[in-house]
Parts: sequence; structure tokens; C-alpha cells
Amino acid sequence: MPYRQTLSSIVGMLNRNDISSVELVQCFLNRIEEHSELNAFISVDAEEALKQARLSDEARARGSINSLSGIPIAHKDIFCTTAMATTCGSRMLKDFVSPYNATIVELLSKGGAILIGKTNMDEFAMGSSTETSWFGPTRNPWHKDHVPGGSSGGSAAAVAARLVPAATGTDTGGSIRQPAAFCGLTGLKPSYGRISRYGMIAYASSLDQGGPITQTAEDAARVLQIMAGFDKRDATSSNREVPNYLDHLQDPIAGLRIGVPRNFVDDAVHPEVVGAIHNSLKEFEKRGAKLVEISLPSCNAAIPCYYVIAPAEASSNLSRFDGIRYGYRTDSFDDLDELYKKTRGEGFGLEVKRRIMIGTFALSTGYYDAYYRKAQQIRRLISNEFESAFKKCDYIAGPTSPTTAFGLGEKTNDPVSMYLSDIFTISANLSGIPAISIPVGFDNRGLPIGLQLIGRSFDEQGLLNLAHSYQQVTHWHQEIPTEFS
Amino acid sequence: MPITKSAVQHIANLARIRIETTDIEQYTVDLSRILELFQQMDSMEVDDKEPLAHPQDIELRLRDDVVTEPEIRQKLQSVAPKIHQGLYSVPKIIE
Amino acid sequence: MTWETVIGLEVHVQLCTKSKIFSGAGTMFGAEPNTQACEVDIALPGVLPVMNKEAALMAVKFGIAIGANVNRRSIFSRKNYFYPDLPKGYQISQYELPIVSGGSVDINTPNGNKTIRITRAHLEEDAGKLTHQKKNNSSGVDLNRAGTPLLEVVSEPDLRSPSEAIAYLRKIHTLVRYLEICDGNMQEGSFRCDANISVRPQGDKQYGTRCELKNLNSFRNIDKSLNFEINRHIDILKSNGTIVQETRLYDADNDLTRPMRSKEEAHDYRYFPDPDLPPLVISDVLFAETQASIPELPDLRYKRFMSVYHLNEKDAEFLTSDRNIADYFEQVVSICGDSRKSANWITGELLHHINQNGLDIKSSNIDAQMLGELIQKINDKTISGKIAKGVFDEMWHGEGNASSIIEKNKLGQISNTTIVEEAIDQVIENHSAQVQQYLAGQNKVFGFLVGKVMQVTAGKANPQLVNQILQHKLGEKDGVPD
Repeated sequence: MPYRQTLSSIVGMLNRNDISSVELVQCFLNRIEEHSELNAFISVDAEEALKQARLSDEARARGSINSLSGIPIAHKDIFCTTAMATTCGSRMLKDFVSPYNATIVELLSKGGAILIGKTNMDEFAMGSSTETSWFGPTRNPWHKDHVPGGSSGGSAAAVAARLVPAATGTDTGGSIRQPAAFCGLTGLKPSYGRISRYGMIAYASSLDQGGPITQTAEDAARVLQIMAGFDKRDATSSNREVPNYLDHLQDPIAGLRIGVPRNFVDDAVHPEVVGAIHNSLKEFEKRGAKLVEISLPSCNAAIPCYYVIAPAEASSNLSRFDGIRYGYRTDSFDDLDELYKKTRGEGFGLEVKRRIMIGTFALSTGYYDAYYRKAQQIRRLISNEFESAFKKCDYIAGPTSPTTAFGLGEKTNDPVSMYLSDIFTISANLSGIPAISIPVGFDNRGLPIGLQLIGRSFDEQGLLNLAHSYQQVTHWHQEIPTEFS
Repeated sequence: MPITKSAVQHIANLARIRIETTDIEQYTVDLSRILELFQQMDSMEVDDKEPLAHPQDIELRLRDDVVTEPEIRQKLQSVAPKIHQGLYSVPKIIE
Repeated sequence: MTWETVIGLEVHVQLCTKSKIFSGAGTMFGAEPNTQACEVDIALPGVLPVMNKEAALMAVKFGIAIGANVNRRSIFSRKNYFYPDLPKGYQISQYELPIVSGGSVDINTPNGNKTIRITRAHLEEDAGKLTHQKKNNSSGVDLNRAGTPLLEVVSEPDLRSPSEAIAYLRKIHTLVRYLEICDGNMQEGSFRCDANISVRPQGDKQYGTRCELKNLNSFRNIDKSLNFEINRHIDILKSNGTIVQETRLYDADNDLTRPMRSKEEAHDYRYFPDPDLPPLVISDVLFAETQASIPELPDLRYKRFMSVYHLNEKDAEFLTSDRNIADYFEQVVSICGDSRKSANWITGELLHHINQNGLDIKSSNIDAQMLGELIQKINDKTISGKIAKGVFDEMWHGEGNASSIIEKNKLGQISNTTIVEEAIDQVIENHSAQVQQYLAGQNKVFGFLVGKVMQVTAGKANPQLVNQILQHKLGEKDGVPD
């Protein structure tokens, strides 16, 4: 069954003509339709996907092949696509069809990938559970009454349920890594600037990064290879050369030092998660890595720091949604003031409005120094601390999330408790360094547990190596939820 | 420190978001809780640390002064709610 | 009670780049609505700004020219507010660290030279335009102008009268055109000004409450609005009233200022560094290149014109008021060597023709080479000044250059003594009555006789020669040897 295969495997199958792209795409389209209860997708264009698959098969027959030719892929509905709507999980953009494609959408398309659909997400990427979407929550394939994580929950659920071999996500405070952990997948947040943000609808501009959500590190390497690189349309994009990630994937990890922060495995972390993390670290030791104890005290301030900076930037980024040039517009208004206030009051959901308000407050006169400026100074502290830590170790390990996937509706009444679940992921965004989550076990309810590895700036290669090495001797990444196998 | 209802109303105004009077209470409670979270920053010593606005220490890249974008008004306005004679239509504004 | 006026000016200089400051859309004035606004200017979801190098260098040029501190590292900030002509809901500007700090400009006042200090100059993007449609009770937004680069120049409140304000503005206006960073076209909105004005009793150290005046789009309106506002303030203060700090618009039709409605509530702009734009760094190489590209500045050129070309103040000021005119003048002089005549011809005939036809010096039908040659022809006595005017007209209408026109129409001045003598003899013979009148003491008749000689020679006789010979011959008639 092709859907059970990894992306790398499927590439092989296509190359050997064991299967055609049309058969492949049809297979996944069937599964997507079969499992609509997951609500992983917002838009699917079956006709267009099959047409692209046909063209891909024809090109392949002529000998014209790219690295992801014929592979169906799903984009988080935050990446602009001309082929179908880009909603950001919001009423504000529910019918919006972008006149242009995001850079990574174009890159993946040029790389041969076939866009099968856009996945569900927390509204405007603000959330950790994919429960704030205008289109309803997405369910975790491992346990349908539980959340898949967020904000890239739709992408994670789709890959976990094998509705698509790989999907893209975005990560501002953990939104790729945490859903990957909750769904038993490999999710990579590259270094800030590694992947172009052009066409990736902005939530917090200095924190957002796009990245792959896949079954394995090898799959992630293939997708990252296409997504990464300089884009002249993004002034924050890095022109650092993109290495060939697959070439060095098999490099041995002996001698690498893995730092384990004291405060990453404390009381707040669920004991089953702690157990799985410890076991995974033993595996790394067996493979020759050295464990080193390190300390990152400032990370305790990471949560308030993030929840000042991200909403502040978001409050500004979302000002363009005013019903004038695109998007939702309220039905009736007497004047300009009403047009703005009703459009934005009706177009945005509750969590988005909360964050816009907090962000506006943090930037306002009299509060800027105490909140925004102070948060940016703490950010500097956190970043410096990572730099110091990386003198003692090469990678930093810990749980991706303090718990496994919580129940639908469990945290929706208390925004702050939702925020606290980001404790381990946000510091990598604040510092702009890369981090990956890989599956390392299950809790006694069968919910996946994720290990996070953080690396130095632009060391995506090293993270993929470590992850790949672990995946050579473990099987967690191969597990598929029973209902979907 | 908690936030007052009138401060909430003021912020909603700044952000051009209409909040129904029935909802102000809940917003006030929620925002107060988030502000309590911020208090954790009070005890952090930052001295004169330079605020970090950009995670990568890079300089602004400069683009040559060339016109690169073609005229695509029709395409761009195809997504607009209301157009009148090529202009984006808004309620009358009196200066 | 004497009152003192305090004025500070914020000038928005629209930089004449080909593309916008943060996008690759064009900046031509007068295009059809929204045809020069790309996805970045419309602020579609997901778009990002990319900095225009030329705009940055233009700002650096300005900074060097006013002797300011050019901040080699400056930051772009977001100025957040909602208005339909501001698509992102924020304007990308510079706040805490602008590209230019300090600097100054000198103006001439009745009391002599005065230095006006400049606080700062920063880069920002222009907003779009709102048009008001009376028919269906709505307004329309045109985003062509959105994203055009602006250099906002802020002066210290050093100005003490509307005429000082105008002098300062003219200086800045001339400077930005000299530097070729702005076309200075106020009707098209390339050069706009807001004024901050307050009044206080003479001698008071504290500033009075100030008002901001906006929408000042001509030197005339600036002058009138400032005067109106000063009087308004004085009237209020005299009757012990209080000035309300507010933003006001100038209503040119009724010559008054009135409060601006959209500024009724104070804005909280919530400035913060724009995360999409890393710091703007001007390298040593770029700085040096820009410095080298700065032309001779207007003040220096003015002084040089006075000393080297011996021009009077009025002519020197006019000829240096526009770099193109100054270049034209110097080119003409380099050809004919006569600065006096060059100045006269340019400020007289040339200017007249240019203005009449709505042209400027660059599009003039007669270029510097042609005018220089024409003046040469006068100075080497090929033609008289009077004939030269006719040649000028012909040149203007495209009939060729001075040499070819003179040749074609045989306008060459007659300096052959024999021919002139013959003509004079002829005139003396035919106008004996006037000759007698002259000899009887009516000196004015001389002019009449000269005129007749010119008529007979179709205007071509060398006037000095005519004068000389005619006097001689008449003197002989008188019997008085000369």
C-alpha cells in the first residue's frame, strides 16, 4: 500500500515505475475523502491534482524528473497559493484566493511536488491545538478526541493518518514541532532566514519560519532541500549556501555532545514523557553521543517574553485586514470607523482578537519600555545563553512538550494554560536557531511522545543527522495509528 | 497588575476591533491573566542589554532602483470587496 | 505687547527614484488609479518589503550636503495607525535611529545671514491618495503613490516669521533639485510641507501652545496660512483665551485655517523596529561614492558666480536657483566669454520664450551652444544686438543656428566704411530739413537720421560706425572741425 510508505520510499517507487503519480495521487485523494472526520483539510482540489499527476507521469516518461516529481504534498493554509483559497483558518480570509504564490509553494512545485490540498490550522497560526480555526478543530489520528497540536495541526494529522506523505507547516513558537510530537512525526523548524517567508502570511515576523512535517528525518531532508534558500523578495532571507542534506545524513554521531538542560526535565513534565526522553537519550549514548548537563535559566522567562513579542508583531501584521482591498467585509456600516471595527470584530476569532489586544497594549505609550523593550532584552539574554551553552555541547535535547496530546476542549477556556505548553519550543524561535522534534515513544494511552533537539544557527544538517541516526535503530517513526494503517 | 475595562475599550479602539459590551468583562479577565504572566519578567535582570529585534545579525540588503513589477491591476483587484472606477471604495471620509 | 512667532517645518521630499522604496513598482505621476501598485504596495497577505538602494543613497547625499551626521546604521520602524490610504495599517518609517541627524541650512534675512538647524531627516514610505466621490457618497483609494520614497526633513523651531519659513523652504527646494533627489514639483506633490507654529510674548523663554498646519502645497499658500495662523493665535492670546493644540488644514479658497477632523483623537503610533527589515548599513564604499557624486552646492555656486562672473546679487541668485540654469549659463559663457551678456540673454529673451511655451531650460529650443554662438556673433560685430533678437526668434523656431541664419538672410552687419558712407550721404541728401534742424541745435534729430541710415541698409549697418561717420559728416557740414 503506497500510503504506508515514507516519502523517500515513494520516490523510489516512482523512479522504478512501480507506481504512477496518477495512481499515487488517486490513492491519497481516496483516503482524504474517507477520513474527512479528521478535518485535516480545508481545501482539496482533486481534479487539478490528478491533472498535475498526469503531466508529471508524462514528463517522467520523457526523462524529465525533479527530486519530488509526482509526489503529492499538502500546504498549511498559511502559504499563499493561486490554485485554491488561502484562509489561514479564518473567517477573515475564508474566500480569499491569492493572486500570487508563496516562494516555497513555487519551489516545491518546480521540484515536482503536486499540491493536493491546504491543511487546517489555528486561526492566523495563533494556537497550540488547531482548535481556533473557523473551519472547526482537527482531530488527532492517534486518538480522535484529542488535539493534534497546533498551529500546524492539519498538516500533522494529515501525515500521521497517511493522507499525504508530507506536508508543510510554520513554526513561530513551536507550531511545527509540537504537532509533530503530538502526532508521532518528524517536524523541523529551520534557522530563521533559512526558508523564505514571502507568501507565508505573517503572524510574528521575527519568529515565523516554515518547515517540513514528515514521517522521517530522511523525508524531511528531501523536502527541506527544496524549500531552503535565498529569496530576494524576503529581506530577512539568508544567502548562506544550502548544503546537500542527503549527502551527509548517514554521518556517524559518535563524539557529538548532547546537552540536557536541568530545567527541561522538571516537575512540570509528565512522568511518562520524562521516561521516554531518558530512554531516547540512552539510545544516543549507545550510538556514541556524549550527554552533558547544561543550564538555561533564562528560558523560564521565555513564555512572557514570547507572549509579548509575538502578539505585538501580530497586532501590527494583522492591521492590513480591514475589508478594503481583500477578504471579509462586514455587511452593514455607516462610516469608516464602523467598517473597520465590525469587519475586524466579526472577521477575527476570539484568540486572535485577544492577541491583537495584548500586542497593541504591549506597544502602547507608557507600556512599551516595561513590556516590549524588556521582552526584547530578555530575548537577547536567552539568545546569549544558547550561545554559551553551545560552547559546552553541540545539540540540546529535551521534551518537545511537557505533556502528550491533551483532549479537545480541555484547555480552550484557559488561554494561559495553553500558552504554558509552549515552554520548551519557544526559546528556539526567540533565538532564531533550528530545532527538530522526533517521535520517541508513546504514553499508556497510545499518544505519541516527542523529543526535541536544538542546534546551532544553520546546523539543520546536524539535527537531521542525529534524528536519522536514532531512526535507524528505533521504530517509533514507523508506527501508524491502527485505524489509518 | 490587572487591566481596567476602560483600558480594554481603549485598546479595542486603537486596534479597530468592536467588542460587544457583553464581552468586555471576559476580555478584561483574560487580558488581566495574561498581564499577570508578564509580571514574571519584572524580576529578570537585563541591565543594559541591547534589545534583540532581528534573530540573525544581518544588514539590510539593497535592491537596484529598477521597475520590476508589471501593471496587474485587474488581477489584484479581482479579490477586492468593492471597486469603483479603479479605486478601492470606502465610506465617505470628511477631512 | 510684542509677539514672537516660532515656526518649525517638516518637509516631505518625494525622492525621484524609478521604483518604490520597498517594492519594484513604478513611481510615475499621473498614471491610471492603482496601475502602479503591486502586491507589496496593496499589502496583500504574505508580502514583504525590499529596500531601494537609490533611495538610501539619496538620503545620504542630502545628509552630507547639509553638513549633518549620516548615521551609517539606521533602523526602520513601523508607525501604526488605521487609514484607508495606508494599506498595511502601518507606515514604514524611521523613529529611534534615522539615517540623518543634525545639519543646517543658511538663509538670508533682512538682518543678515541666519542658520536654521535641522533636527533630523529620515526615510519613509508615502501613503496612497483618497479621492472623494460626491455622487455615491463614498471615497476612493488610489494606491499608486503608496510606497513612493519620502525623505522627511524636520527643522528645529528656529524660524521666526513666514518670510524666514519661505526662505528656508526655498533653500531646501533648491538643494534637493541640485542634488537631483527630487524634482521639486509642488503641484504634483513631490515637495510638501507641514508647519508647526506657535506664538509667545517677546522675551518669554517658554514656547506657546503650537498648532500643526497641513496640506500646504505652494509657497504662496504656506505664506498665507502662516500669516493667518499667527494672527489667529495673537487674537486669541490678546483676549486671554487659550490656544487648542490641534492639527489644522489650510482652506485656500477662503484663506483660513480650520481644524482637521481625522486628527481629532490623538494617535498612539506604537512605534517598534520593523522585524521585516534588518538595520540599514551604509558601507564606506557607498558613502564615499555618494560623497563624490555631490555637485557644487547652490550657496557655493552663488558666491562663485558673484566673484568669478561679476554678476549682481539678483542675477547670481536667479542663475543659481536651478542647477540646470546654472549649468546652462556656464556653458554659454565658456563659448562666448561674456558673462554680462550671457546673463542678460538668459534672464531676458530665453526665460521669456521658455515660460511662454511652458518649457524648462532643459527642453529649451535653444541650447547653450546655440546661445553662446549668437552672443559671439554680437561681440565680433557680425550683427547688432537688435538684429540678434531676430536671429534668436528664428533659432527658436528651428531655422538653424546663428551662423546659418545670418548667412541665409544675409544679416551680416555692414562694417564696410565705404558702404556706410554712401548710405549716410544718401540720407543727408534726402533729409536736408532734418539736417538743418540738427545743425540748429536739435540734437534729438540725430536719432531720426540714424534710423534712416538703418532703414536704407536694412538694419545691417554697424550702429557704432554709423554714429561715428554721421557725426563726422554733420560736423563737417557745420563747418566745425572735430
